[in-house]
Amino acid sequence: MPLDTATDFHLTHLRELESEAIYVLRETAAQFQNPGLLFSGGKDSIVMAHLARKAFFPALIPFPLVHVDTGHNFPETIAYRDQFVKDYGARLVVGYVQDSIDRGTAVEETGPTASRNSIQSVTLLETIEENDFDAVLGGGRRDEEKARAKERFFSHRSAFGQWEPKNQRPELWNIFNGRKAFGEHFRVFPLSNWTEMDVWQYIRAEQIPLPNLYFSHQRRVFLRGKAWLDTETGFIAPQTGEHIEERTVRFRTIGDVTCTGAVDSRADNLDDIIAEVAAARQTERGTRADDQRSETAMEDRKREGYF
Amino acid sequence: MDLLRFSTCGSVDDGKSTLIGRLLYDSKSIFEDQLEAVENSSRKRGDEHVNLALLTDGLKAEREQGITIDVAYRYFATPKRKFIIADTPGHVQYTRNMVTGASTSQLAIVLVDARKGVIEQTRRHSFLVNLLRINHIVLAINKMDLVDFDQEVFNQIEKDYRAFASGLDNPMEITAIPLAALHGDNIVDPSDNMPWYSGPTLLQHLEVVEVLDAENHDDARFPVQWVIRPQSEAYPDFRAFAGRVAGGVFRPGQKVMALPSGFESTIKAIHTIEGDLDEAFAPLSVSLSLEDEIDISRGDMIVSSDDLPRHEQELNATICWFSEKKLIPRGKYYLRHTTREVQAIVSALNYKVDINTLERDEDTANFALNDIGQIHIRTSSPLFFDAYKRNRITGSFILIDAGTNETVAGGMIE
Repeated sequence: MPLDTATDFHLTHLRELESEAIYVLRETAAQFQNPGLLFSGGKDSIVMAHLARKAFFPALIPFPLVHVDTGHNFPETIAYRDQFVKDYGARLVVGYVQDSIDRGTAVEETGPTASRNSIQSVTLLETIEENDFDAVLGGGRRDEEKARAKERFFSHRSAFGQWEPKNQRPELWNIFNGRKAFGEHFRVFPLSNWTEMDVWQYIRAEQIPLPNLYFSHQRRVFLRGKAWLDTETGFIAPQTGEHIEERTVRFRTIGDVTCTGAVDSRADNLDDIIAEVAAARQTERGTRADDQRSETAMEDRKREGYF
Repeated sequence: MDLLRFSTCGSVDDGKSTLIGRLLYDSKSIFEDQLEAVENSSRKRGDEHVNLALLTDGLKAEREQGITIDVAYRYFATPKRKFIIADTPGHVQYTRNMVTGASTSQLAIVLVDARKGVIEQTRRHSFLVNLLRINHIVLAINKMDLVDFDQEVFNQIEKDYRAFASGLDNPMEITAIPLAALHGDNIVDPSDNMPWYSGPTLLQHLEVVEVLDAENHDDARFPVQWVIRPQSEAYPDFRAFAGRVAGGVFRPGQKVMALPSGFESTIKAIHTIEGDLDEAFAPLSVSLSLEDEIDISRGDMIVSSDDLPRHEQELNATICWFSEKKLIPRGKYYLRHTTREVQAIVSALNYKVDINTLERDEDTANFALNDIGQIHIRTSSPLFFDAYKRNRITGSFILIDAGTNETVAGGMIE
């Protein structure tokens, strides 16, 4: 994205969103003693880490990346994370869900659809406590779902890590109040005003590298619900009636293997992905007959809202 | 593509949530699964139409009561523009939410029910929007279907509103549009029911309206957020001041002054990761390096040497009170202004404004939740500021309760 897109004091929407996010990242560094940046290897956290590099350039990012590791990872995600840390001299803190399970603070789900997704929050809170983080930066966006639409940039959490949606601090102009009592912390969302489309357009404009999982590839998968689940990592197996097939797929979000579904797609570059996201919007409006892409896009959206 | 931030004010009775739901729906920004959920909820509630208001009312209490409590932010885009809507509640007990939503907006949609015309609530909303210095108003005269799409009704309401608005402090550019949000008339496509109206539809207007005056491009202001000092092998002596331009334009070679020290220097470079810039203006986030070694830290401000902000420890400001706890006369609060925090004493309460009659009330004994009025403040160390009407960033502040850490007021400097 060339900077000369700004003429006569006009900024493109991406540049304005970028500027706002950098401002929030700098406020976080300045207002808190010990912030951490949640880094899952998903596209939103990759964009946030990219913005953090910009915010403090040419210095290093002044806070660690925090990865809550369910143990059910795509190897590509871990490789991407480690490469990023190496390339940009970032610090990395990993909280292991397995440790919480071993400690007995989290109880693993059982059954064929067991997932570690919901117990991640236990590990996150433990990681926050162990490392004395007083602010945790997340890639959450307000367009993800209704309750998130009322979330603040600086979201206050009680000493128990809880959010009280009816008692949020008003956030006026661009003045953020990060004052807190001992033991309380903040969640900070620099991408609050971004939409999914903004994130993809920004990734393209900035040519931000992504894990290959986001692009179309051959994979052995099986269908559960409306999503293709992975068999290659070995963390999840088909049940009776579920058959393994080799398909051309890609992932639209990346998280724990057991609950991250792939979609049928031939989009192997950013232009095609953006066209796909845009097309999904059209069919989801109900103006066209459902096609495979739109159905999975919808599923994908719900998953994103889940976080 | 550029970005327009606007707020909507009006109560649920005016059809505000329906209007927003309609904008999202007709601009094809709603996903099928969202619509399905709303259809289901509407059926359960026994609503006659698909209740598009349910798209925006997210908190459980809001759905139960059918009103909007908090500010909700909505997003949609057309090929011409991206929009951020601050959807604010209209009831008097939510004045603070309206003020919050309006504080980041460049334009406001003021909704009026065509059957009722300009009422107390319309005046209250317009007063607040005007106070926050939103200069662009869309007077959305809704429910035209319930007055037989009568041009006379529309004309009269517009006339009444302009007469009222001319009495407000700040001049506003007003565009009146007749709507029937429930049926989509003049939201995206021109209405067949009102051939007498030849102006733009709501969306057409939002797509083209120029709102450049929301930013100040005259007085160079740069509140310092953070000092960048890599102290690395590659950048052993690099020192730059990170921040977001709050006003004016900065260019290399420009003479600047650092406040509060008063030391002067020249801008050496404007840094970004992509390379140095020829100029930086609001609201760009950049970092500035100076020719001279000057001690500058967070909370300081870099300004143009020949155009200084006010630099004082006493000020008058109009505030909106946000807390259940009343304002304590002579009470001490933290005051946060740009990146600077100081202690402040409310040394006088000058008057309260009755936001329904717009009359000033000298009886300020109870300055409570949602009250608006003018106070006098003394600060522990100087602030560098402009009048709010000149610059919304360097002219605004919040007050924080020292005991609870709550944000208790938003203030606009006179």
